Amino acid sequence: MEIMYVYTRKRSEFGRPCSFSDRPAKVSVDIPPDPGMASGFVLRNPVDSAVQHTSDMSEHEVNTERVEVESRGVNHVEGGWPKDINPQEVEQTIRFRKKVEKDENYVNTIMHLGALMEHCVKQNNAINIYEEYFEDEEMAELEDEPPSAKTINVIRSGVRYQEPELVLKPSSPLVCLEYNPKDSHVLVGGCYNGQLAYWDTRKGGLPVELSTVEVSHRDPVYGAVWLQSKTGTECFSASTDGQVLWWDIRKLSEPTETLVLDITRKGLRENALGAVTLEFEPTMPTKFMVGTEQGIVIACNRKAKTPSEKITSTYSGHHGPVYALSRNPFYPKVFLTVGDWTARIWSEETKESSIMWTKYHLSYLTDGCWSTVRPAVFFTTRSDGTLDVWDFLFKQKDPSLSLKVCDEPLASLRLQDNGCVVGCGSKLGTITLLEISSGLCTLQRNEKTLATAMFERETKREKILEARHREMRLKERARSEGQGTEVEERPMESPQEVLDRARRDFFEVIEAELQRRAQAETHHPRGKVPGTGGAGSDSLPWRRGRGSASASQLKNHAGEEAAAKGEESQLPRDEEEEEEDAKVSALQLRVAFPPPPCWGCCSSCGEGPGRARGVSACVGGSRGSLTPLLPSLQEP
Amino acid sequence: MMEETLKRIQAHKGVIGTVVINAEGIPIRTTLDNSTSVQYAGLLHQLTMKARSTVRDIDPQNDLTFLRIRSKKHEIMVAPVLKAANPF
Repeated sequence: MEIMYVYTRKRSEFGRPCSFSDRPAKVSVDIPPDPGMASGFVLRNPVDSAVQHTSDMSEHEVNTERVEVESRGVNHVEGGWPKDINPQEVEQTIRFRKKVEKDENYVNTIMHLGALMEHCVKQNNAINIYEEYFEDEEMAELEDEPPSAKTINVIRSGVRYQEPELVLKPSSPLVCLEYNPKDSHVLVGGCYNGQLAYWDTRKGGLPVELSTVEVSHRDPVYGAVWLQSKTGTECFSASTDGQVLWWDIRKLSEPTETLVLDITRKGLRENALGAVTLEFEPTMPTKFMVGTEQGIVIACNRKAKTPSEKITSTYSGHHGPVYALSRNPFYPKVFLTVGDWTARIWSEETKESSIMWTKYHLSYLTDGCWSTVRPAVFFTTRSDGTLDVWDFLFKQKDPSLSLKVCDEPLASLRLQDNGCVVGCGSKLGTITLLEISSGLCTLQRNEKTLATAMFERETKREKILEARHREMRLKERARSEGQGTEVEERPMESPQEVLDRARRDFFEVIEAELQRRAQAETHHPRGKVPGTGGAGSDSLPWRRGRGSASASQLKNHAGEEAAAKGEESQLPRDEEEEEEDAKVSALQLRVAFPPPPCWGCCSSCGEGPGRARGVSACVGGSRGSLTPLLPSLQEP
Repeated sequence: MMEETLKRIQAHKGVIGTVVINAEGIPIRTTLDNSTSVQYAGLLHQLTMKARSTVRDIDPQNDLTFLRIRSKKHEIMVAPVLKAANPF
């Protein structure tokens, strides 16, 4: 049966308010139990019934009353006065005070506290413990980190993802290349066949113009440098054929000016020295320097009237070609040359020798340049693939940092203007970019003054030595003239004999020096003798004066006995000279091969350290006379 | 005698003013003007009490002997009366 309650409402009556009313309860339906359904059920015995016996609890929430808090300042008003005294009344307060002061306890306390207070006040006056003691001192920045450099990028040929931005295609291999400082799209390059070419990077990889072959150099152009001019189109080039040519790139058909590097100043091409590097400083537009194959650096003046005056001075000191030449950006009078196994620092005023030099390395030095930020730091590359960073103020015997960049020889080196990034190129075409640590490319506090002092000191030392050397030479000349005509012609000695003689002389002098040193040690304190930073002082300690003195003798006599005697005679004088030298700040001991033009056989070689001409008996053609060791470019 | 002591302290180099305060915080003798003295009296009194109670809390046998407040401009030096007896 269904129990239903139906409630209906008309739609129109929707929404009407309901009015409910009570009515009595009414039974809707009454269903009696049906015993017939009992069979569907089962009696359950026992029945589980849960009972819990706990106290009744109910949940109740409480919210505490909120208390309002406010911050307020208190103005201290006079208080503490006893009840009977009115603080406003001056008389009463004074009276009260006087009464207190009379109290004995008060007096005792005051005495005691007074003593205590006085002690502290005196303490304060004695010393101000909070005084700023170290106000004005700047913390010296200690470079704790050792110098280091890290490779940023290595560009190898043949690696696909490293494509150069532009490839310049000259007609003949390029030997040197320079960007125009005024226009960064223009480059000038010297070719292997002696021509000069210039490129505009906006116009592609082929040269815009080439110089005519007939008027160009006859040998590879080893140096090409832009000049400072209003038009920004002038440059000059130098080559091993002994010429320096000036060009205007707008008209490369002929050079605007030529100069033959003949240091005998006769302008003869035959005597000319081959140029290997060029150096030009925009701040000194009329002067420039050329580094030659023969190891001589020639300083020239462009504005001189006659060609013979163009060559102002020569600096000889290297045994082999000068591969790099650069002026110190901070001290234009000081320049760096790199060649043979050393790097040398020169001062323009001292023409006879360099003022400072590095030790003799085991491999050739191929390139070098000054740092643009620190006056006493320079970089050199070696043919064993090492890049050296030298800090001459800090250490002169060794480079501050020596990095093996690659296994093949490093050929060139360029430093970015900020002084931190250096790029070096190897013989196999790998370019490595290195970033050097900040210690080597940030200017230290006193560095400029210290560097100035160092250069001046070394220049002065060299001048003193030069002066003494000249004196000795004059003395020798006077003595030799007094002795009349010495035997001018000697029997022609075979090269082997000459070589043996050279060897003998050499070792004799070494023994002599060692003995002298041993003696000197026993007589003088050690402090005077050693050279503070010299080159190669370990194995070949020759005094420069002696070397040259013997040279001057050889020039006159070309006799070994005289040479040996000369050495001996110099020895006893050395003691006094040593005292003299002690005045000079640093005793530099270095190798000085006596520079004979040749060992007394070929008279045509004469004065000029020119090339070895076709006389086979000529052993020494240039400064370093022990031929087997030289990187010889002079073989006829 | 007591006057001399106070005068001597005031005469030292660097001393700007002296205030003697009693137990109730009333400035008894002062070289500064009244309002300043009252201000110092009220403030320092309470601070000294606090300092003393701090010291005593840490070690009951201990007592505050001197209080120095060093500020940018001056230093305030307070010598409180010792209440506790020195342990022998």
